Amino acid sequence: MKVLVPVKRVIDYNVKVRVKPDQTGVDLANVKMSMNPFDEISVEEAVRMKEAGTATEVVIVSIGPKQAQETIRTALAMGGDRGILINTDETVEPLAVAKILAKVVADESPDLVLLGKQAIDDDSNQTGQMLAALLDWPQGTFAYKIEKNGDALTVTREVDGGLQTVKLATPAIVTVDLRLNEPRYASLPNIMKAKKKPIDEKAPSDYGVDISPRLSVVKVTEPPVREAGEKVEDVATLVSKLKSAGAI
Amino acid sequence: MAVLVIAEHDNASLNDATHKVVSAAAKFGGDVDILVAGEGAGDVAAAAAKVSGIRKVVHADGAAVAKQMAEAMEALVVPMMSGYDAVFIPATTTGKNMAPRIAAKLDVMQLTDITDVIDTDTFERPIYAGNAILTVKSSDAKKVITVRGTAFEAAGEDGSASVETAEVPAGPFKSEFVSEQMVKSDRPELAGAKRVVSGGRALGSKEEFDRLIVPLADKLEAAVGASRAAVDAGYAPNDYQVGQTGKIVAPELYVAVGISGAIQHLAGMKDSKIIVAINKDEEAPIFQIADYGLVADLFNAVPELTEAL
Ligand SMILES: Cc1cc2nc3c(=O)[nH]c(=O)nc-3n(C[C@H](O)[C@H](O)[C@H](O)COP(=O)(O)OP(=O)(O)OC[C@H]3O[C@@H](n4cnc5c(N)ncnc54)[C@H](O)[C@@H]3O)c2cc1C
Ligand SMILES: Nc1ncnc2c1ncn2[C@@H]1O[C@H](COP(=O)(O)O)[C@@H](O)[C@H]1O
Repeated sequence: MKVLVPVKRVIDYNVKVRVKPDQTGVDLANVKMSMNPFDEISVEEAVRMKEAGTATEVVIVSIGPKQAQETIRTALAMGGDRGILINTDETVEPLAVAKILAKVVADESPDLVLLGKQAIDDDSNQTGQMLAALLDWPQGTFAYKIEKNGDALTVTREVDGGLQTVKLATPAIVTVDLRLNEPRYASLPNIMKAKKKPIDEKAPSDYGVDISPRLSVVKVTEPPVREAGEKVEDVATLVSKLKSAGAI
Repeated sequence: MAVLVIAEHDNASLNDATHKVVSAAAKFGGDVDILVAGEGAGDVAAAAAKVSGIRKVVHADGAAVAKQMAEAMEALVVPMMSGYDAVFIPATTTGKNMAPRIAAKLDVMQLTDITDVIDTDTFERPIYAGNAILTVKSSDAKKVITVRGTAFEAAGEDGSASVETAEVPAGPFKSEFVSEQMVKSDRPELAGAKRVVSGGRALGSKEEFDRLIVPLADKLEAAVGASRAAVDAGYAPNDYQVGQTGKIVAPELYVAVGISGAIQHLAGMKDSKIIVAINKDEEAPIFQIADYGLVADLFNAVPELTEAL
């Protein structure tokens, strides 16, 4: 099984973003960037599939600025085989990402595309499902467990209320959730090895995809600030405060 | 103008998330119809017909949409969209699974998790774990939108709309439902609960979580939530996770027990009316947003609180 893993370079999850004073966006200057945490989980899963002998090749793809190459290198150091960087400095919306990925799928013919359930910058939670629609492939979103049974994949999903298991014919799209695995840290020797792994460079125009945005930013503002309240000495005080506030 | 709202339900009863989406759709304007897709969901269709301000209910009943899986919902909804300007879908796991599939087929850029409707092209939504609020304008002719329930009041129930039936797509589909394991509980549902008690990593085990958090929630008639750390460690089921990548809640009262207050957790609960935090570290970030903070060891404070209520 050949596995394609799209990874996105995003603001590191530990950074608290600041809105720019002119309200055009958030300040990304000198901010630490990392691989989207959900994508670390999908890379890990693909690499484990390869180690278990169910995957034959793991191809990493990222659409983004030149620096997204570092994100691809990280995934290669975790065990990916080769990379494809689709270089653009424009903001690429999930629909356009999905359209480009559909072309990459046409070139690469993977049996499985493993994506993150959501990118933690735009919190869209769309790309995998859109790609599935464009390809007319089945989808298993928010994966908690993935098993291969013959030509089919059995995916257990994290859903409201519990877990749901679905069976997908391959080729298929799976998006991963937090509990699927714990991603490894790349070892130094593997980081060195990854430097030699090939990364192809392309542009969205190579795929003939129009990436012009459908959405435009009117403004980006700070959320209302919530003031810290008071510290209470003990449980009795807490109870009486809650009573007078009408909360209990 | 007309808007289609996709009902959230379990084939037996209509979920309140639907009523909130109807309010969002009403703000968009025009006629609002509710689609009830399910199997044996006649009671749900009847309940949907009572939602205030509805033009009609479209009821599609059949095995293919019993679980509202994405492929079948795409096949059902996409052809219907010739008659609508927008489709509004609850931002539940079912909704998030199907909405982008419908959007891509319509060649539309979806708007996820909106918290306000400014006009028929302009919407508000949180980004970066709620640390920024984006006002965004869509140039697409049709809108595909998922709605954050906590941002809208539930529509009333004084309607009496007609129910019309729709053909269920035949399939076959490339994905099939196998089974589900649902957490059974008599407790209020987390997403819509008036009170929530959440436990964090500090509980240390499932036994302690059940021994301390559950009785407090029982006393308060509250839903139970958890931080990601507590869920990852197996103290609580997956769908108890409150946060950026879990459930969004905004109850009257939120009690955070042994939770530090990481931005990803705050993203899911900071719109609660009253926040109580119990944490032994007085520097814990959760205190920066708590209305009432108790610096204490939870293993003493929680039983005492449960007793005092
Ligand atoms: C991609 C991604 C998505 C995420 N999504 C979410 C999400 O949706 N929801 C979420 O919650 N997190 C999420 N997280 C995780 C988040 O960053 C934090 O790691 C997590 O919220 C921490 O959980 P916690 O507060 O229970 O644990 P900790 O941060 O370890 O805090 C435990 C707290 O308990 C206190 N404590 C310890 N012992 C006691 C005691 N005896 N009595 C009282 N207090 C005590 C400590 O002082 C500490 O403040 C996400 C992270 C990533 C990377
Ligand atoms: N620019 C991108 N390059 C590669 N993969 C992406 C990109 N944007 C989104 N993805 C993939 O789609 C997933 C969901 O992103 P989103 O729909 O934006 O929340 C991510 O976890 C990635 O796997």
